[in-house]
Amino acid sequence: MVDTRKGEPGKNRTDDQPPADEAALSARLTRLDQQLSHVKKDRAFEKSQTESETESAHARASAMAVGLRLSSELVAGVLVGALLGWGFDRFLSTSPWGLIVFLLLGFTAGVMNVMRSAGAMAKQSERMNDASRD
Amino acid sequence: MASDPIHQFEIHKLLTLGHVGGHEIAVTNSTLYMFAAVGVVSLLMIGGSAGKNLIPTRFQSMAELSYEFVADMLRSNAGEAGMKFFPLVFSLFMFIATVNLIGIIPYTFTVTSHLIVTVCMALIVFATMTIYGFYKHGLKFLKLFVPHGIPVYILPLVVFIEVLSYFLKPVSHSVRLFANMLAGHIALKVFAGFVTMLGALGFVGWIGAVLPLGLTVALTALELLVAFLQAYVFAILTCIYLNDAIHGGH
Repeated sequence: MVDTRKGEPGKNRTDDQPPADEAALSARLTRLDQQLSHVKKDRAFEKSQTESETESAHARASAMAVGLRLSSELVAGVLVGALLGWGFDRFLSTSPWGLIVFLLLGFTAGVMNVMRSAGAMAKQSERMNDASRD
Repeated sequence: MASDPIHQFEIHKLLTLGHVGGHEIAVTNSTLYMFAAVGVVSLLMIGGSAGKNLIPTRFQSMAELSYEFVADMLRSNAGEAGMKFFPLVFSLFMFIATVNLIGIIPYTFTVTSHLIVTVCMALIVFATMTIYGFYKHGLKFLKLFVPHGIPVYILPLVVFIEVLSYFLKPVSHSVRLFANMLAGHIALKVFAGFVTMLGALGFVGWIGAVLPLGLTVALTALELLVAFLQAYVFAILTCIYLNDAIHGGH
């Protein structure tokens, strides 16, 4: 024990000194330990805070992106349905049946796309995997 | 005329290059802004990657950040196999983001507020995903449209709806970007127009004009967000569509 403290700048290392030195050392060690754990805790807290902040910013951005997607998905469906129906009627002069049918179909497709992008319905592409599996 | 909200979207011919099949081929203000955007992006990327410092300068940091942003997006949405489409996604994202951001500057022209531009970009993505899907999966790609366990008598109807919803992708892809940019810029112009109109009424008008002026400032901030967000949405949807073509889902 005494050998290990040879390098220390202890002034007068008599034989009765070590116990007091030991006590001081251990006291210092525990104090350092406490301080270190404090610092560590602070760091961890700061880190987790900044991480959660960037994470929530990410989540907010992607949530906004999803929200913007959903609305236009449905609108596109109805619009394309109406356009198809109108064209169908124009060329085959079946007015107004083409418009009625295609508008409904377009609406259905639009709703399906909305559900797909909201994750409430399986994607078309997943079907391909199922098919290749069985 | 200055307060006409549609005026900002007009296309002017600047230089006529010639005629092809009865159509005039001309350099317009739209063309000019597209070239400007390409120039800005090129400057950023080429200039930013010229230094190759280990500790990046601000300029280099911007280039690296934009690269990493798109690369992360593509990796997380389409996997490592999607990285072969990185040039496409990166070009689209940078082009749209730059064009949108340039459009916020007063007196500039917003290229993405024209449907034809966004449709072209959406069709490039659509063609890429369809062609690559057929190339990768062959005729199996058509199984996309045929759900399992559907009675034969309603199969044609269901398949038709499925095909329709597949072809809806480029429509919603392009209309979203176009509509957002158009509507945002019109709203901005209308509110800014209120300021000048009320200002013409004299002192009372000046006080009244504070409200639309504040709204214009707020809307400008919102437009800044939308400009970036729409580029992000366009790019992320490109990633998702490409992912469908590459993996056929997970």
